[in-house]
Amino acid sequence: MCGIVGLYLKNPKLKSKLGKMFKPMLIEMTNRGPDSTGVAVYRNPVKKAQTKFSLAHDDANYDWRKIDTGLEKALKCVCTITKIDSHCILVTTGKEAAVIAWLKAHHPGVRVVGTGHTIEIFKETGLPAEVYDRFDLDEAQGTHIIGHTRMATESAVTTAGSHPFATGADLCLVHNGSLSNHNRLRENLRKEGMDFQTENDTEVAAAYMTWKLRGGATLKEALEDGLRDLDGFYTFLVGTAEGFAVVRDPIACKHAVMAETDDWVAMATEYRAIAHLPGADTAKIWEPEPTVVYTWGGHA
Amino acid sequence: MNELDLHKVGVRGINSQLHSLPKNTNEKHWVIQNPRGQHSIAVGLDAPLQIDIRGHVGFYCGGMNKDAELTIHGHAGVGTAENMMSGVVWVKGNSSESAGATGNGGLLVIEGDASSRCGISMKGIDIVVGGSVGHMSAFMAQRGNLIVCGDAGDALGDSIYEARLYVKGKVASLGADCIEKEMRAEHLADLERLLKAAKRKEKPSDFRRYGSARKLYNFSVDHADAY
Repeated sequence: MCGIVGLYLKNPKLKSKLGKMFKPMLIEMTNRGPDSTGVAVYRNPVKKAQTKFSLAHDDANYDWRKIDTGLEKALKCVCTITKIDSHCILVTTGKEAAVIAWLKAHHPGVRVVGTGHTIEIFKETGLPAEVYDRFDLDEAQGTHIIGHTRMATESAVTTAGSHPFATGADLCLVHNGSLSNHNRLRENLRKEGMDFQTENDTEVAAAYMTWKLRGGATLKEALEDGLRDLDGFYTFLVGTAEGFAVVRDPIACKHAVMAETDDWVAMATEYRAIAHLPGADTAKIWEPEPTVVYTWGGHA
Repeated sequence: MNELDLHKVGVRGINSQLHSLPKNTNEKHWVIQNPRGQHSIAVGLDAPLQIDIRGHVGFYCGGMNKDAELTIHGHAGVGTAENMMSGVVWVKGNSSESAGATGNGGLLVIEGDASSRCGISMKGIDIVVGGSVGHMSAFMAQRGNLIVCGDAGDALGDSIYEARLYVKGKVASLGADCIEKEMRAEHLADLERLLKAAKRKEKPSDFRRYGSARKLYNFSVDHADAY
């Protein structure tokens, strides 16, 4: 099972309603994935010299100010933090690799769940309606948003095992399906220097994409190489700075449907999620073909 | 004409209302509003009703249908008209995978494209697709006709039994034991009848026929090494 949902707004007038439009879509997928929920929203771009981190900690009362002041002192950079429930958005002039290394050394309980200029990732165990409210996503504004409702099969129900998984600057991956060669692939990717936080199969697919992109592949190339190297059933939805991409394995038995109007493009595991959008009744609707990489908003 | 609003009465409300009608009912025409992609709408009908669903439906719409004539004015989700026995299911838009799966009889018309596994394990249903079908269509198809006015994806008719497949456009590849076959007068007559029933303008002579080579039916001693 699992449900995945993506919404990309073509009409800039709708940007202020992004979070409100997306909420019923994600909630409609509750019975496909009641274990955990995650959302990646693209909003509030930071300056070129800054990086935005989405951070999470298992302790909901964790004192994020320790990070703020610690980082500023250690890396001589400017930081601002915004606590949002169990997560924190950190905007800093510090270099990404240095910030991650410092966090790992001084605050090993802090997980980096996303990095980039616009992306913010929030994920927690619990039902979509609860998680959506906890992170105040109703108010989210921006061009696009993707989400996932998880029914866990390959690994434990934890926040760390929730989707989306970051795959590089402003990139993230959500997955419906299961991979069968993730253990071997994880070992191979470890040898290539990739880090893993969980036993989750999707984290391996995300690390694979990150590794490919670091090696100079375009997103389209990375997804096409994945068709060869990732064994299993999957529909992937990849969030990018400009939009999103969809790809399905060659057998394509994990559901997916896409819809488009003049105002928006939406992708979901089932059409009933899309049915909540204004104009869905007259949208162009089709099932994405296997092994074809579909992209919106460029970047492939 | 009677109207049912799915938003108000839910899928169960709709289905129990339609199931409660006697076979000789005078209330034959029903319109279902606001389907909103919900699953299992109008399944298991067994009366000669005429049903118009105004919008996009979810999975299994019209499944197990007997005698009723359903029109879906929109997109149809996975497994539309699966295991249909008789009657008509007509999709105005595209359909997701496994349309007409295991269908025993009746006519399924999809005006748009039908995605993968269309007519998988069909057992006597007739399916007419105005657009194209995806990969693995008519997999293990046993009986009935699948007519594709567009193209067919990979592995058409894999492990097919006695169903007849007609494709006007390109076939990406044929599955195991599926071959092109001679088009005889009886096939052209079948095609003409079904294209007419589906209100299609295509000419029967523009289609090519595919079916079983019947090589998988019996154990072949030449394959003994493969086991």
